[in-house]
Amino acid sequence: METLLPFMIGTLFAVGLYFILHRHLFKVILGLILFGLATNLFLFLVGGITRGSSAIIRQHHEVAAEPFADPVPQALLLTAVVIGFGIQSFAIVLIRRVYQAFKSNNLDDIRKENDTR
Amino acid sequence: MQPYAEEGTQAILLYIRYQAKKYIEITVMLAAILLGLVTAAAAPLLYRWLGKWVVVPVALTPLLLFLYFCAFLPPVLQGQVATQQYDWVPALGINLQFRLDGLSLLFALLITFFGLLVILYSSSYLADDPLLGRFYLYLTLFMTAMLGLVLSDNIFCLFLFWEITSISSYLLIGYKQAEKEARVAAWQALLVTGLGGLALMAGLIILSIAAGSYTFSGLVGVRDQVLNHVFYLPALLLILLGCFTKSAQFPFHFWLPNAMAAPTPVSAYLHSATMVKAGVYLLARLSPVLAGTQAWHDILTIVGGTTVVIGALLALQHTDLKAILAYTTISALGLMVTMLGIGSAYAGKALLFFLLAHALYKGTLFLVAGSVDHSTGTRELFKLQRLGGPMKLAGLAATLAALSMAGVIPFLGFVGKELLYEASLENIGLLLVNMMAGVAFVAVALLMSYHVFWRRGPDKTPLQHAPALFLNLPPLILALLGLALGATVGIVPAPLLQQAYQVLGNSPGAEMKVGLWHGFTRVFGLSLLTLLLGLLLYNGLNRVREISTVLAPVYKYGPNALYHRLFELFLHGAKAFILKLQNGYLRSYVMVTMLFFCGLMLFMLWRDSPGIDLSKRVYQLQEMRMYELVVMFLVIAALVFLLGTRSRLTSIVVMGLVGYAGALFYILFGAPDVAATQLLIETLTVLIFVLLLHKLPAFTYVSHQFKKYKFIAVSILFGAIMTYVMLLVQQQAQPSTLKEYYGDSSYVLAHGRNIVNVILVDFRGLDTLGEITVLAVAALGIFSLLRLNPEKGDKP
Repeated sequence: METLLPFMIGTLFAVGLYFILHRHLFKVILGLILFGLATNLFLFLVGGITRGSSAIIRQHHEVAAEPFADPVPQALLLTAVVIGFGIQSFAIVLIRRVYQAFKSNNLDDIRKENDTR
Repeated sequence: MQPYAEEGTQAILLYIRYQAKKYIEITVMLAAILLGLVTAAAAPLLYRWLGKWVVVPVALTPLLLFLYFCAFLPPVLQGQVATQQYDWVPALGINLQFRLDGLSLLFALLITFFGLLVILYSSSYLADDPLLGRFYLYLTLFMTAMLGLVLSDNIFCLFLFWEITSISSYLLIGYKQAEKEARVAAWQALLVTGLGGLALMAGLIILSIAAGSYTFSGLVGVRDQVLNHVFYLPALLLILLGCFTKSAQFPFHFWLPNAMAAPTPVSAYLHSATMVKAGVYLLARLSPVLAGTQAWHDILTIVGGTTVVIGALLALQHTDLKAILAYTTISALGLMVTMLGIGSAYAGKALLFFLLAHALYKGTLFLVAGSVDHSTGTRELFKLQRLGGPMKLAGLAATLAALSMAGVIPFLGFVGKELLYEASLENIGLLLVNMMAGVAFVAVALLMSYHVFWRRGPDKTPLQHAPALFLNLPPLILALLGLALGATVGIVPAPLLQQAYQVLGNSPGAEMKVGLWHGFTRVFGLSLLTLLLGLLLYNGLNRVREISTVLAPVYKYGPNALYHRLFELFLHGAKAFILKLQNGYLRSYVMVTMLFFCGLMLFMLWRDSPGIDLSKRVYQLQEMRMYELVVMFLVIAALVFLLGTRSRLTSIVVMGLVGYAGALFYILFGAPDVAATQLLIETLTVLIFVLLLHKLPAFTYVSHQFKKYKFIAVSILFGAIMTYVMLLVQQQAQPSTLKEYYGDSSYVLAHGRNIVNVILVDFRGLDTLGEITVLAVAALGIFSLLRLNPEKGDKP
């Protein structure tokens, strides 16, 4: 599984980037979300994954016994996921605002309108 | 007791005197520079307080400095050298090192004396100008920089002052900022001399690397080392480039006539008497180190000679007084460079005497041209005649200066011209060039004096107002000085020039015997011939101008036109480049970033070519569970579906699916906390999307047409590279010591069993606080964006 996961994450990256390059703002946001997810999974994978065992110290033990998952990437991920959520929700609200202002979500139209202003 | 006490007092007194003397010696040269800077900075303020009387304190500075440098005359004439050092960045050899020898003193006296006269002159010339304070600021700043330049012993120090002269020249040329012509000319002068300055800096640094010394006095000692060094030629070429641009040598001469857009006192001071001679000064200063090679000789004589001829030819074709003077200045600068190129004992003498004579007569003529312009409102040659009556003093000054320029005995110009001929006697080509300049100078001298002031014509040019005292006095003083120094040439100027000559090192120790009268020699004959030819040229000048109109098309392709074309090309190029680079399309920025990243990665992969050995990992595939595979294919299928769908709602649902699948992977590989967060957040995202959906535009399908394939290619490349990187990292997994540390200490130190939670709230608690802050800020932003409704009158 560990060998196959990179291919899935790579696909996520590719689709995410393709959407980011799109000229519809809605799709750009979708791309951002996908890209964020791919990055999180990338970090998770690169940090080294262990099947099944979580990073929790068992009852009546003082120290964690192998095998247990590396807690450091997980802690980083938690932060990244939450911050990513902040960005996503802000971006979603932003496209609504952009649509209000420009009556379009096509990035090319918005840019042209900016030139003429 | 008594004698001891007396001795003690005397010793103390001696000590105090010694210390005071040392202190004065150390601080004075720096103080001279500082005084100039302070005056410059205070000039606008003084103007606000004192009005037109600002001239008194501002003129006091050059007067004080002039007297101060005069005090150095006795020791310097005895061959002594005053030095001073103030450490600035000693580690890099950048120090304020000053050195006052004969050459420096000659220039220092010239700069301060001229500065005094020009400041007095400007007080009348720009009497009603509301920006007079600013003018004095620039002018004093320039004077100080020029002083610093000629006093510097350290190359970096010299370069610093060199650049300040360029900048103050820019400010002064563009002084009439409302006129486009002035702005363009200022910009041109700054670009040409500034680019030359950069070359000069490079050249000086290369030179100092070759010589291992950062001071001119140190460079002189290692001449042989420098001449045989590989860096000699590049250093020489770069330094020459800097000097040639500054001293307006062909093909960089074009900025100087354009710089005549400056007020006339500026033209007299900067662009005739002092700044343009900075290049000549530096070449003279470096000639003991760099001179003596074939390259030096050839480049200097050829460039200088060409400049002489072109300056002389162009001077005769113009009818604007200042333009004529500007071109003769170019010609004169060319003569000085030629003399440096020849490098014989005569040439050295000729250079110094001609330099002094030129400064005096050319300064006078510029100032007179300014007075004429000021009084009549025109500088056009054909509109000016019979001004000798109403402008007697100016006419007198012009005539004296013109006699010196023409090289008539007993003026200083005569001595200079004789020496110039003497120095170029051996080379017939140079002699011809020299003669040509001499003849042109005679004709121009006649134009400037006889033609404008005394020639009999049909009617007088009307005067708008009589010239004020200070418009007449400074040129008259300069012109009389030219006569006085010429008459006493062996007694007054010769000793100082002798000391300056020692610096050149043409033939050290050679005594300079200069007299006014040499008897009827060949050179005297040539002088007479020059006068005669000049007279003839003056008479035939109208013919010359008629003929020279043929040359007009040539100017279309001259250096000036070339400069403007290059300048426009550069602007266009820059604009096109910026529009290409900063086109405002998000995707092109992302594309460039990603492609650069991919390129870097591919380069690294090509260089190190780390192979991936998948065969060892077959066992991992055997361990795979069915449900994992199902989730994975679900994700890929969802992505493919996402690419094709045109419905917003479907897209959002599919996104949610992908997010939940990600959460499942977190659960499968031992990260329940991350999974929980991911589930929560995915739910929230979908909720927000759905809530706002009705306010979003319909999902119109916009296709990329042909570009689509480009984007697809980039995306696939990027995905493939990321996959490769992940496989690579997996192969070279590093054991983490942090994992062990947190595993061991999270219960013992923080009393928590869930290690991830302990890290977040305990070990890295502050980071979590930051994270919460970020979320709070995002929430605030979202809230205000939702509430803001400018269409209903809210202000954004």
